[in-house]
Amino acid sequence: MKVILNSRQIEEILNGLTGRIVSEIPPGVDIAAIGIRSRGEVLAQRLSSRLSKKLNKDVPCGTLDITLYRDDLNSPQGAAQPQVRTTEIGFDIDDKIIILVDDVLYTGRSARAAMDALIDLGRPRAIRLAVLVDRAGREFPIQADYAGYKSDVAPSDLVQVFLTESDGKEEVVIE
Amino acid sequence: MALIRKNRQFKWHHKHLLGLRELSAEEITYILDTAKGFEQISTRSVKKAPPLRGKVVVNLFFEDSTRTRNSFTLAANRLSADVIEFTQKASSVSKGETLLDTARNLEAMGIDIVVIRHSAGGAAKLLSRNINACVVNAGDGFCEHPTQGLLDVYTIRKIKGTLEGLKIAIVGDIAHSRVASSDMWAMTKLGAEVIFVGPPTLIPAQVNKLPVSVSYSLDEVIEKVDVINMLRIQFERLGGNPFPSIREYSHYFGLTVERMKRTKPDILVMHPGPINRGLEMESEVADGQHSVILEQVTNGLAVRMAVLFLVNQAAAQKV
Repeated sequence: MKVILNSRQIEEILNGLTGRIVSEIPPGVDIAAIGIRSRGEVLAQRLSSRLSKKLNKDVPCGTLDITLYRDDLNSPQGAAQPQVRTTEIGFDIDDKIIILVDDVLYTGRSARAAMDALIDLGRPRAIRLAVLVDRAGREFPIQADYAGYKSDVAPSDLVQVFLTESDGKEEVVIE
Repeated sequence: MALIRKNRQFKWHHKHLLGLRELSAEEITYILDTAKGFEQISTRSVKKAPPLRGKVVVNLFFEDSTRTRNSFTLAANRLSADVIEFTQKASSVSKGETLLDTARNLEAMGIDIVVIRHSAGGAAKLLSRNINACVVNAGDGFCEHPTQGLLDVYTIRKIKGTLEGLKIAIVGDIAHSRVASSDMWAMTKLGAEVIFVGPPTLIPAQVNKLPVSVSYSLDEVIEKVDVINMLRIQFERLGGNPFPSIREYSHYFGLTVERMKRTKPDILVMHPGPINRGLEMESEVADGQHSVILEQVTNGLAVRMAVLFLVNQAAAQKV
């Protein structure tokens, strides 16, 4: 096991992502952060409060459960049986720029599922993907717009993100 | 923020839902938790999600039903499944085909889930042992109506937070009610205390073997209960004369405005529908502030989506 990011580095990455997002948002356009359950949810909350401060306006935050949109639901090789949880987005996503947030971008399959799930909720002006860790191993033609730490770990390695709110500790490790 | 969860991997493994009697409290709770995630599909602009895309659901109904059948159809549609509606009157059953032959013929067309309602107890179980598709019991004789039991506890849990410690009266024709039986299993497993209330002729003979208490007087329990579930008098199932007259039944066991004055202030009034207004319940009560009858219908949709989703998941992982 190797720690690749500690809490200070995670903090710096989130601040960096916030700055890049703010610099690219056209004036007068509403944005919102939506996190993919469950680590993306925590990161989206942190990003939205940072964005709200920087932009001096409310950046709403929501949580997306992508279970019903996964592409392995009917395949026997599907990993663990995923539990359906609630999607909690208490605002209209139409015409907003949605910052879709996840902890790790790997195969791209979760991001694909999340985009399909979002589109069933409305028509955002744009969807931008923000991730804490961008690791090698893409299976779908999907790339992050805002990537924090880039890692080309071996396919057999497991990148695990721990966040205070969900795990009681703050670090990213490779196992 | 209550985001810290136990990382316990619970796995749903039933490809059939035949009854609630054989499920554990944990399994019932898992269905209810799953249903929560489906509620929101019915409130958004695109009322559809893809998990049963390419799957075929058959509604195999040998008894009349509007609410349950429509609810299953809509639930299947919202999960993107295709649905075949099979009703006894318009089918070869009227030409003498047996239940198993009918089901095997449907299965030969490549169906994935059979939702069955039948007047014979055990029909769903019989079917589940003889075909490969998933079987969901939508009511078998006087035995069980599991999705009704689930939507009832879902509704109570949603409003009261928990069933633990609640006193629940189920009133009316208990002996002929599969709803009473599924309710009883679900409610007691989740920690509620269930009281069957009705005239002795409508209480099942073997009731002392069930995890419930019995009262022959609604007036005796009305002040004590947190939830009251009024069953429909099922004229189509009643043989003989279980009570002297409808007026007398109504007098002793009807939920009237007068009786409602004596209940706990936050009592929930439930009914599985369809209501005989003025018989088991006065209209003012059915439409009153304590009534959650329409919430039951709405929640039924989410619960049935969850059930269809879960049995299909169990089947997919058993291949």
